[in-house]
Amino acid sequence: MYAYDELDRTLINERVSEFRDQVKRRLSGELTEDEFKMLRLQNGVYLQLHAYMFRVAIPYGTLSSEQLRRLAHVARKYDRGYGHFTTRQNIQFNWIKLAELPDALADLADVGIHAMQTSGNNTRNVTSDQWAGVAPGEIEDPRIWSELLRQYTTLHPEFSFLPRKFKFAITASEHDRAAIKVHDIGLRLYKNAAGETGFEVLVGGGLGRTPFIGKTIKQFVHGHDLLSYVEAILRVYNQYGRRDNIYKARIKILVHELGIEKFAREVEEEWLQMRDSALAIDDAVIEDIRSRFTYPAYEQLPHMPDELKKAAHDPHFEAWRKNSTFPHKVPGYAIVVLSLKPVGGPPGDATADQMDAIADLADRYSFGEIRVGHEQNLALPHVARRDLPALWKALDKIGVATPNVNLVSDIIACPGLDYCSLANARSIPIAQELTRRFANHDTANLIGRLHVNISGCINACGHHHVGHIGILGVEKNGEEFYQITVGGRADEKAEVGTLIGPAVPYGEVANVVEDIVEAYLALRARPDELFIDAVKRLGVEPFRERVYATR
Amino acid sequence: MTSPLQQKIKITGPSVVTANRTWDGIVIWRTAAQGWSAELSDAAVVRTADDARALLAESVADDVGAIGAYIAPVDVRDTGTVKPGNLREHIRSAGVTIDLPVPA
Amino acid sequence: MPLVRGGKIAADAFVHVADDAEMPDDGAILISAARFLGEAEALSRRAGRTGVSWPNDRDVDDLVPWLDRLAVVALVFPNFRDGRAYSQARMLRERHGYRGELRATGQVLRDQFVFMLRAGFDAFEVRKESDAEAFAATVKRYSVFYQPTGDGRITALHRRMQLRHSENAGQ
Repeated sequence: MYAYDELDRTLINERVSEFRDQVKRRLSGELTEDEFKMLRLQNGVYLQLHAYMFRVAIPYGTLSSEQLRRLAHVARKYDRGYGHFTTRQNIQFNWIKLAELPDALADLADVGIHAMQTSGNNTRNVTSDQWAGVAPGEIEDPRIWSELLRQYTTLHPEFSFLPRKFKFAITASEHDRAAIKVHDIGLRLYKNAAGETGFEVLVGGGLGRTPFIGKTIKQFVHGHDLLSYVEAILRVYNQYGRRDNIYKARIKILVHELGIEKFAREVEEEWLQMRDSALAIDDAVIEDIRSRFTYPAYEQLPHMPDELKKAAHDPHFEAWRKNSTFPHKVPGYAIVVLSLKPVGGPPGDATADQMDAIADLADRYSFGEIRVGHEQNLALPHVARRDLPALWKALDKIGVATPNVNLVSDIIACPGLDYCSLANARSIPIAQELTRRFANHDTANLIGRLHVNISGCINACGHHHVGHIGILGVEKNGEEFYQITVGGRADEKAEVGTLIGPAVPYGEVANVVEDIVEAYLALRARPDELFIDAVKRLGVEPFRERVYATR
Repeated sequence: MTSPLQQKIKITGPSVVTANRTWDGIVIWRTAAQGWSAELSDAAVVRTADDARALLAESVADDVGAIGAYIAPVDVRDTGTVKPGNLREHIRSAGVTIDLPVPA
Repeated sequence: MPLVRGGKIAADAFVHVADDAEMPDDGAILISAARFLGEAEALSRRAGRTGVSWPNDRDVDDLVPWLDRLAVVALVFPNFRDGRAYSQARMLRERHGYRGELRATGQVLRDQFVFMLRAGFDAFEVRKESDAEAFAATVKRYSVFYQPTGDGRITALHRRMQLRHSENAGQ
């Protein structure tokens, strides 16, 4: 956990008081909506179909139990008793009243949570690997750098009015769980031959209407130079990014139009002029941030305790353990993923009661810490393996132990037309229907790893481009239709999926996905050839044929 | 940003003006009495582009009370009942099409 | 439109001279970039002070050779959502050492004052009277800053370092 100090707390409180004044001026008419809109967006407040939506940042996906309880409190007191975890380590509340928002923000600020820059044309919440600090084989904890970037990007005086939004993601593991290749800036932490910590810097990735996989702009940027290099990128973008067309304003378009080499030269030229400026980071600064991350005092525990041996006779427990628990860097411990994808439920939603219960379980079994991942699930990052059976019972009771992590029903979905003013079609009912179709865990296990991602419009909040199966809602003559892609992925081998054919109507989507899955099961080379690998080997054609032959 | 009043107004059938209330964000409709109501049944229904433009103009003028005003289609049944004209407007007036995680 | 200078509302000594208007021989004037660059020689013979209004899509490098002759550089926010002039301001102040008046013009609203000050602006043509009046209170809203800029405010990172050193020294 990162502990805020007096300075961090002061800044958040100052921000809350500024926003309180802005809301007051808006409600009195002193500010027009045109003037207020960007101000509210900079604090995570959107207008959606039914109400204002309030997006709160969970930097690098780390929450304390106290913070999660406070989110539950906000859900209960200011909203309708639940929240929605997003793909970017945020939580959204769907029914908040503008007049009450300053109070909600103040309640959150008490526990070091804020909503700064969770929307608007500025640098957004810095995301990272949700297993940072606990994943085996990690080079070092990327959250130290994430926190450095969080501070650097917060209320930046030069970059708070960029051409468009700007997203950072950081990973420090071989396996990329932070989707860095589909971010405006993706950072892969590694050590160079001299043993120095630095970053491969990727730029210009992103989804939306024009998806791009990020390109490497510099192979190694030393940790000391991270902020100056990032500032150089942002400055080039701030000056030359397009502002004439909202759909061409992201940095990915600038990188694409200039070409990565020319863009890289512009950045290099800018960077060389300021790499020795006040932005150069010395080790003491890094150490100071590192010192404010606390790590649990792990015990020496057996890998196979008696509790686990005994519970192995329960097939339900075993199904869950095999699916939802993952190796920890410390022997005797496990990372436990909490599925927010119950059969028939809206992906990523958690009720206030669930949040409170999870916070209590985190205190009891995970040193008071919770993680939020971009797949819209939660995790308890430090669970002693001997506690798994007891924890499972408790998680099952509150409905977050569905053993479907990474399986076909572990669906990423945006809120879609049920909530969102930009959406063309609904996402949640499609996801719900799919979870019912694939409710049988044996079947789902047989299918193996398969990521289905659903977006209700081209803005791609549901990451459909990088779903193994991607579903995109469109509108045709007032009806909901869905385009289906296959072969996308968001990890270190990130790729944009390929459209398999004409859009299908709402009622057909689940059938089409079933057809695709059946085609895969029939065509895979071996039981352990994953869906995504089969698509890579076979191409789109066999899936297209299967889906459209009878349609 | 183009003001809604500068956009070309084209309506294909009976229409209303809808928006969200500024202080709490709830869905509202413009009434014939130059006010707002949280009930679609209270909405002023217009049938010509000129009337729609006029209704939108007075709605947009209330920048303090309402935000994001726009013209939305409605169906007027034989009984005179006014119903939302598309799925989006149906969802805005009747709520989400799914069960909420916590029943209201 | 009120001008805020030195932290309070002040009279604007600079006359805005349009491109087709006759150039006065003396007195302080503010002219467009195009006119300034086109008549740089004639301008250098003027008795009065000269300021230039520099568009936000033109590289400030073009202005660098003339910086020591300028009393005012006015940068433009066509609307407050267009943040290019923040970069221009920092380049002029921090890279090119410009020390004259740096004026924010266009849609300048209260909620941008702190950002503008931090980027190096010291004069503001404020859109609303009420915002201009609120200047002094608004710029005191924040006491913690995370980024180093040329305004010299100490960053949170460095305050922490100082605190740490003083703690160590006390041990």
